[in-house]
Amino acid sequence: MAMVRQFGSSSNGEQPKVVSELFNKFDASNFVTQHTVDEIPTLWVAKNQIRSVLRHLKQSGYPMLLDLTAVDERTRVNKQGFPDTDFTVVYHLLSFEYGADIRLKVALPEADISIPSICDIWPNANWYERETWDMFGIQFDGHPNLTRILMPPTWEGHPLRKDHPARATEMEPFRMTPERQDYEQEALKFRPEDWGMKRKHKDTEFMFLNMGPNHPAAHGAFRIVLQLDGEVVVDAVSDIGYHHRGAEKMAERQTWHSFIPYTDRIDYLGGVMNNLPYVMAIEKMAGIDVPDRAKVIRIMLAELFRIQSHLLFYGTYATDIGQMSPIFYMFSDREQSFRIIEAITGGRMHPAWFRIGGVAEDLPIGWEKLVRDFVNHLPGRLDHYDKMVMQNSILKKRSQGIGIYTKEEAIDWGITGPGLRATGMDFDFRRDRTYGGYDWFDFDIPVAQNGDVYDRAVVRIEEMRQSIRIVEQCLNNMPEGLYKSEHELTTPPIKERTMHDIETLIHHFVNVSWGPKIPVSECSVTIEATKGLNTYYLISDGGTSSYRTRIRTPSFAHLQQIPLISKGLLIADIVAIIASIDFVMADVDR
Amino acid sequence: MEDLLIYVVIFGTLIGAMTYAAILVWFERRMLAWWQDRLGPNRVGPFGIGLALADILKLLAKEDWVPPFADKKVFVIAPCFVMIAMLMGFAVVPYGPETYIADLNIGLLFFMGMTSLAVYAVLLGGLSSNNKFSLIGGLRSAAQMVSYEVFMGLSLMGVVMLSGSFSLVDIVESQQDGWFVISQFFGFVVFVVAGIAESHRLPFDLPEAEQELVGGFHTEYSGMKFGIFMVGEYLGVILISAMIATIFFGGWIGPGFLPPIFWLAAKTFCFVMFFILLRAAMPRPRYDQLMSLGWKVMLPITLVNLVVTGGVVLWMNT
Repeated sequence: MAMVRQFGSSSNGEQPKVVSELFNKFDASNFVTQHTVDEIPTLWVAKNQIRSVLRHLKQSGYPMLLDLTAVDERTRVNKQGFPDTDFTVVYHLLSFEYGADIRLKVALPEADISIPSICDIWPNANWYERETWDMFGIQFDGHPNLTRILMPPTWEGHPLRKDHPARATEMEPFRMTPERQDYEQEALKFRPEDWGMKRKHKDTEFMFLNMGPNHPAAHGAFRIVLQLDGEVVVDAVSDIGYHHRGAEKMAERQTWHSFIPYTDRIDYLGGVMNNLPYVMAIEKMAGIDVPDRAKVIRIMLAELFRIQSHLLFYGTYATDIGQMSPIFYMFSDREQSFRIIEAITGGRMHPAWFRIGGVAEDLPIGWEKLVRDFVNHLPGRLDHYDKMVMQNSILKKRSQGIGIYTKEEAIDWGITGPGLRATGMDFDFRRDRTYGGYDWFDFDIPVAQNGDVYDRAVVRIEEMRQSIRIVEQCLNNMPEGLYKSEHELTTPPIKERTMHDIETLIHHFVNVSWGPKIPVSECSVTIEATKGLNTYYLISDGGTSSYRTRIRTPSFAHLQQIPLISKGLLIADIVAIIASIDFVMADVDR
Repeated sequence: MEDLLIYVVIFGTLIGAMTYAAILVWFERRMLAWWQDRLGPNRVGPFGIGLALADILKLLAKEDWVPPFADKKVFVIAPCFVMIAMLMGFAVVPYGPETYIADLNIGLLFFMGMTSLAVYAVLLGGLSSNNKFSLIGGLRSAAQMVSYEVFMGLSLMGVVMLSGSFSLVDIVESQQDGWFVISQFFGFVVFVVAGIAESHRLPFDLPEAEQELVGGFHTEYSGMKFGIFMVGEYLGVILISAMIATIFFGGWIGPGFLPPIFWLAAKTFCFVMFFILLRAAMPRPRYDQLMSLGWKVMLPITLVNLVVTGGVVLWMNT
């Protein structure tokens, strides 16, 4: 089949500048180049050089560690041209200047599964390395606290290894004996010493307050332990993993097509926005060109979901600061946009509407009126909310100057999306690395300067106005044509011709019964999702399901940094900070 | 005959205040819903008013649970304090020229004393629960009360100077020519603010701020013990509203075509509505902001008001 897309074929012969620089500085013989369909320069680096290479890249235009993960290569068939590897650690760096990323890989043999930690280079590597240890058992030498993060502390094994069972039916039956229960509960107990915290300071004894995993302001199953002196937060520890469902593991069992509904539930407020990077990555691997109409439908739905997500943020933000009413008004606006989603897709929060090669169905008759009503209705309401919420003096006092981080800190900690733009960083994937047809649209990128709780809200509110502009442009310029590509790997394929043409019938049958076979390739696609940058990094080994699906979510990075900005504040400020970060626990834990 | 009347008034107050408080729980939810584009509880009885009864029945039917780690006796007694204190406060409210339970010559002080006692309920409830959230709620409540009691009392001294009495009956009588809200406007403003803080209503509900402290001092309470806290809070709202009406808006005084008690009830109702509207409209300030508002803004206003009132009274008398 389409093996031509394999390694070494898609290159146009030219080396990106950064790669030649690296080759000069560190000697080209230390690197192995791999070509991927996403055109991101991908280099295999020797283990003993990875730290110096990363440090060099950080100083020369790649300031953000977007993702750090691993791949269990042991059962991968198509790894010709790779260095000898059982486990591969993958670093994905983001550049704001070059308009490009770089991906570094380190090959690890099963016998020596350890690699130096890079926590001192990028502070946000801390959680990523913990997650990689948790999932693959890769040892990061020099990590300050290499413990489980997503799995329970008592878990045995490393779930994303290929030899770890994916379903409960493949494991021993689970029994919760009283002893087991005590053991599990004991493991969940918070011990300040584990986190380098003191129980006492001079004459004061600190109180350790467990906020969560069930707390009204925690926005899901999120636990943050506060070290309190009176009501003043001395330090905090965020603890995640209570919403972990193993989406990445599931992706290795599901077909390419049937994993789409799972993506909806990653950022469960983002709806189809989650489908977008996933299907775009598959389309790149399969070489599918999506028709214009499908692109515009996708953008319209994605922006509607951005508005919905931000409206919910707006409401909960006001609620968390103690204002009771706004969320009810915002829910009724949200309901109006859900009526559009319902009319188009039949679903509400999780429509799973995008398909490999397009969208599931064409727009229904009369959709224009619904969308037109909504884009006419919302701006006036937003003006009204400005007066009610954003100009309220108590709310301003509660949120201005609270939870500040600078642009440099934000980049160091991998903060993206509105949280980054609130620090004065004018960067939006939709404009700066345009994808999926966003270059046809006219919209502004709102930026704020202070990086505090208030400014993060200001940016999101202005983004809603811009999203309305985009939706309006979709409405006025919806192209005619197909809503789904005619490519053979489109799933499910367009049905019209199946009754007349045996070739199409076979494709239809195969793609629907087994699912499409995506050519051997690697691809990652990043989009500007509702909460920040969302990346799907897919590896196909030529089968009907992915070999490895890595989901980089914005909320994961944002949560890690909460303790940094909460020191010295009061409990009420922590609630305001949590509200302003706008995270979804399913997006953190996956 | 006199004796009988007093029993009628006492009994009427008890039943009336409790019923009012129970209905207020439903009424507040309906009003909030109305302001928030929702329906609110509208299923039980006409307009859903049966909810008041249904709520009480539900709470009574719940398990009377005391957490094993709590200080049991105090935990059980705490909610009663708030109820008793608030009901006692009604004793000095005059419903008409001759209708009242007690005309104490220190009526105002008695009312203040009773509202202060209600703090004990919150404090003890928070402490005895042996829960960190409850403890912080109780602490906040103590700090809030200590600050706001000060100028709640001081804000009323202007009224005392003008009427020359601590007796609420006299205070109402001396408003025959004009309500004190005009001459004592700043006193009124401060008293309302302090009253909201006193009854733990949003925006000053810090002891039970649900976004921060889950349920604050009543996190561990459930069933009827929680219900008593709830009714106590609503009794507080009614009591403070009745006091605002009595001290600043002429109490039972009104045109003679309707009985005096109607006028008091109508004025009280207006302030209850104000309390509810406030809850729908305002965000919650932070704990330290609330304190600095109290000490840096409210206290100076009260003191200036006191000095000016005193000066005017002296000047008028000489």
